[in-house]
Amino acid sequence: MTPVISFTGVGLTYPGPPPVRALRDASVTVQPGEYVTVVGPSGSGKSTFLNVAGLLDRPTEGVYELDGVDVSRLRERQRAALRGQRIGFVFQSFHLLQYRTTTENVALARLYAGVPRRQRAMTAVEALDRVGLAHRRDALPLVLSGGERQRVAIARALAQRPSLLLCDEPTGNLDSATAENLLELLDNLCADGLTLVVITHDPQVAARGQRTLTIRDGVLHE
Amino acid sequence: MSKSPRPSPRDLLGEALAGLAQRPARSVLTMLGTVLGTGAFVAILGLTATAAGQIDQRFTALAATEVTVEDIGGADPADTAASFPADAAARIAGLNGVRHAGVYWPVSPSAPRFAATPGAPANQEELAFVAAEPSALAAARPTLRAGRLYDRFHADRGDNVAVLGAAAADRLGITRLDGHPAVFVNDTPYTVLGIIDDVQRMPDLLLSVIIPTGTALRAYQPPHEQRAKMLIETRLGAAALVASQAALALRPDAPERFKVTAPPDPQSLRADVTSDLNSLFLLLAGISLVIGAVGIANTSLVAVLERTNEIGLRRCLGARPVHIATQFLTESTALGLLGGLVGGSVAVAAVVGTAVLRDWTAVLAPWTVAAAPAIGAGVGLVAGVYPALRAAWIEPAAALRR
Ligand SMILES: Nc1ncnc2c1ncn2[C@@H]1O[C@H](COP(=O)(O)OP(=O)(O)OP(=O)(O)O)[C@@H](O)[C@H]1O
Ligand SMILES: [Mg+2]
Repeated sequence: MTPVISFTGVGLTYPGPPPVRALRDASVTVQPGEYVTVVGPSGSGKSTFLNVAGLLDRPTEGVYELDGVDVSRLRERQRAALRGQRIGFVFQSFHLLQYRTTTENVALARLYAGVPRRQRAMTAVEALDRVGLAHRRDALPLVLSGGERQRVAIARALAQRPSLLLCDEPTGNLDSATAENLLELLDNLCADGLTLVVITHDPQVAARGQRTLTIRDGVLHE
Repeated sequence: MSKSPRPSPRDLLGEALAGLAQRPARSVLTMLGTVLGTGAFVAILGLTATAAGQIDQRFTALAATEVTVEDIGGADPADTAASFPADAAARIAGLNGVRHAGVYWPVSPSAPRFAATPGAPANQEELAFVAAEPSALAAARPTLRAGRLYDRFHADRGDNVAVLGAAAADRLGITRLDGHPAVFVNDTPYTVLGIIDDVQRMPDLLLSVIIPTGTALRAYQPPHEQRAKMLIETRLGAAALVASQAALALRPDAPERFKVTAPPDPQSLRADVTSDLNSLFLLLAGISLVIGAVGIANTSLVAVLERTNEIGLRRCLGARPVHIATQFLTESTALGLLGGLVGGSVAVAAVVGTAVLRDWTAVLAPWTVAAAPAIGAGVGLVAGVYPALRAAWIEPAAALRR
């Protein structure tokens, strides 16, 4: 089976001054349907790893194949298209548009793929159903709880129909009960066959994954 | 996979408009400069066009056919001699395009007393005593209430005859002429030949007792303190030519003793109004537009910085830099367009309102009205370029770290 993520000697050095080697010589594969967690102290390079995996940053060394395609050779517009169609993102701080309803926020996921408005709205409603927010379709993010907001963000990622869901500290802004709910949702998504990479510094969250990668000073260990 | 997906333009437009609707108050304030600029632009062009049209209408044949010549005397203030020659009217009448021309002056017995009967108390100080050639009266275009005007023969003989203005006749209590009434000036009787009901020129005549110049010269001093004037009625279109020739025709030896007043050329009058107002106010409109552009640029830039997160998120969802730039450019252009629409509408209302209040005919060239939204949109587009580029340049990874 083609791995979803395949890093071979991938590194990223932020040009200084002084230059920061945020990720060095990382070689790792993530198979379809896997639930991988990434832990490490603050500043160790977790977000850098996620940015490279999510095509938000280009690695300065090594080869990255996403679904078997060497993405470092692709042009920017193709990387943008891949980002929109293969990769879903979930962030610690939700990143919802606060003046748009939850449905509009979720529907945004397919806008740049050129999906017609009506179809996007239908997909959005389905995705909201899937995360248990069918009753909050017309709410504005401002009136939602933190847990609900994060579910909207996950619904938005799901609406992209990604082959890979990248989560950077998804429970970072949630209390433990709400976090537990959200982790159950992630478990369900994994059970449905979605590939998950979840960054965290909470050992309990890390334990939910089938595999845990540790990163320290930019160096990745199994 | 090699073909990149395209979001529909309608959806991108929708995103831009949603961005504007997020902060309606800010959008309205940002628009204000453009509203003022485009509004001023349309209002100025509309008002000047309306005013110019008005001048054309008001500038009737009456004003266009009137030339006046004033005796301003020589350089030496002690020189009190009258400048008009005795045959002044005939000299001017000889010019091409002249219909009537005649000299007139205020007759100056100090404090004339007017009365309808001899020895009556003098209480008519506000009446004027005027000597006028018959042709001067004709040039004033009088309509008679009763009787007739005196003629050249009365003037030549120096008959004691007079014509009264309507108001003067009312004050003197002379209403009927069948009894051959006389008006007594300092107890000298003048037979009233006619009463002028109205004049189209020299309305002062209505308050005057008017006698022939020949009569005045026999009984009183020639004019010197208040010098004589000449009223000329020309044919339509001849006024400028007559005005240029009058002084020389009167006194080939001393044309500088006259000041000739010709009607302003309606064409140049309109040009004056248009150019004076236009250049000043169009400059102000331009300044408003620049301020409007700066306002939009500034607000857009702030919005880009504020919405860095949103930009990063959109990039995660597959937006390319060009989509981000398009969104912000569309926002600023829509803002300008809206400002132009509002400004244009307000201006049209102002022009029409002014015209209605003044009883004018509103004149608005369609292109000036259509130009307002176009100018507004152009201002918004130009103002949005830099913020849009800034937005497009934002790195998604950096945007999301915030
Ligand atoms: N754009 C950048 N330019 C220079 N250095 C950077 C940049 N982004 C990150 N770094 C550095 O790279 C290192 C890794 O950063 P990263 O954000 O990946 O850490 P992290 O593990 O996600 O930390 P945290 O748990 O606090 O989120 C840090 O030392 C950081 O200062
Ligand atoms: Mg991080």
